[in-house]
Amino acid sequence: MTALADLREGLRFDPATTTAFEACRMAQLDLALQDDRVVSVEADLGDCWGLKFRESLPDRFLDFGIAEASAVGAAAGLAMGGKRPFLNTFGTFALMRAAEQVRLDICYHRAPVVIAGMFTGIAAGFSGPTHHAIEDVAVARALPNLTVISPADAVQAYDATCAAFAHNAPVYLRLGVEPGPQVYDAHEPFEIGRGRVLRHGDRLTVVTCGVTIVPEVLKAAERLGDVEVIDMPTIKPIDRDLLVRSASRTGRVVSVEEHSTIGGLGSAVAEVLAEHAPVPLRRIGLPDAYVKEIGDYAEQLRAFELDAAGVERQVRAWVS
Amino acid sequence: MVNDLAERARTLRKHVVHLAADSPGAHVGGSMSVVEILTTLYFDGVLRVDPADPDRPGRDRLIFSKGHSSAAYYAALAEAGFFPVSELDTYKKTGSRLAGHPHTGVPGVELATGSLGHGLPVGVGLAMAAQADALPSRVFVIVGDGECQEGSVWEAAMAAAHYRLDNLVVIVDRNGIQEDGPTEEIMALEPFADKWRAFGWATVEVDGHDVGELSNVLHELPLTWSRPTAIIAKTVKGKGLSFSENTNAWHYGHLSADLKEQALQELGGAR
Repeated sequence: MTALADLREGLRFDPATTTAFEACRMAQLDLALQDDRVVSVEADLGDCWGLKFRESLPDRFLDFGIAEASAVGAAAGLAMGGKRPFLNTFGTFALMRAAEQVRLDICYHRAPVVIAGMFTGIAAGFSGPTHHAIEDVAVARALPNLTVISPADAVQAYDATCAAFAHNAPVYLRLGVEPGPQVYDAHEPFEIGRGRVLRHGDRLTVVTCGVTIVPEVLKAAERLGDVEVIDMPTIKPIDRDLLVRSASRTGRVVSVEEHSTIGGLGSAVAEVLAEHAPVPLRRIGLPDAYVKEIGDYAEQLRAFELDAAGVERQVRAWVS
Repeated sequence: MVNDLAERARTLRKHVVHLAADSPGAHVGGSMSVVEILTTLYFDGVLRVDPADPDRPGRDRLIFSKGHSSAAYYAALAEAGFFPVSELDTYKKTGSRLAGHPHTGVPGVELATGSLGHGLPVGVGLAMAAQADALPSRVFVIVGDGECQEGSVWEAAMAAAHYRLDNLVVIVDRNGIQEDGPTEEIMALEPFADKWRAFGWATVEVDGHDVGELSNVLHELPLTWSRPTAIIAKTVKGKGLSFSENTNAWHYGHLSADLKEQALQELGGAR
């Protein structure tokens, strides 16, 4: 209960040990203790930070085993029956294994299910390509009625989980798996669809999102100098006004994400800029390829130039 | 009562003929085979639903998972009073809400269906919600037999037995024929009832065109306490029309004026 107690006092998560997914799980349990409609829908990955929920509320911890189509469909049915399900599984399984159940059962019917996806991006590291989710945002963004949120750290993940619940409509939370450096040092009401300027600058706008990536981008920005950094946790609906205002002022935009450059945050940014503020754009992310080399997460980020030095290098190469 | 139900069934079949003739086409075979199942559910006092208040909390839920057989489903909903019978004439016409596959914009439709294998998992969730809240509502899911080739059906079948959902009933329209041919030639389902039993369901096989037999079973639910119920309704694809029975040729099709006339004669005259 230490972490929960800390949270209620507005204290920090321990960034060395707390993952965004764990924070999301804590929020789910807090919400469940306040609202008996909340249930946790599982597909045999409950031991990923779900044990506290299972111990506290065993009757509302609903495991469907290794059967995502059934779990997603049943989550929709539970929502239609008046429950408020959180669906907890790996991002790749929820959005791709059971994509059509997400599309039809949840999104078409606007069933208020919050899909909490862990192991997103290449955070699975050593687990290999079957566990990477590098296309999940592209899939999620294309689905009508689905809000897509990629929090920057555990604190924001907690707040975004509460906001997703209050939203009362389908939401996909993209939560990584590794603990990452903290970006936000205090809890605040998370507003869906609103980006946050983390650093002001005039020469370039960097739009980013996600655990580990946002802090790496902030480090890169320190070295780059007069650069604006926007945390854009809600990828859909994206904060168009903020993006257009910043791009119009700086005249150049870079997007950075731990996702394929096809269909993710960079594509969402490109869509807005092309129609509303056509300025040069550079999309930094994962290549259009499966990641076959396994490795330590930090090492993988370095290899794909998504760490601070890599982002700095890519930005300098582009603007020079 | 059985005679009344038989008359209801005949009325639904006539509607299906009209819908298949006065639109680009309809899934005639699966609509004709499911008629008595729908008739018994809606007109024999099985389903606790209120056409005047389709979203009433605590109602029974019917998920029509074999959504392609919408012609029969819409006919049943209209005759039950969920929307005017005259609206059936708009079937698959521009601007109509009566699409080839049902969606929740139509009163009485609980789930948009047509992509097969979705109804039972959602039904499991609905049944779990009702069970958790100790509501009297029951969940009925009508599936096609070919649909049971979808893995999601068996994932959900496992979950239903695991969670002891005795408020959940699946009714399989076992007409034996899917789009490409007989189920046993395309992808064999037998021993079909044994599969449901092995998955932990209280399973019964009935003549799916005998409203008396259907009625007896549907008024005795659950068949076994703390087990979900599977009713394998043995039916005839295209039932009621000489040219459409037991063939996949009328899985889907448009009835010409001549065939419409013949069909209505075989069913005892115009609707």
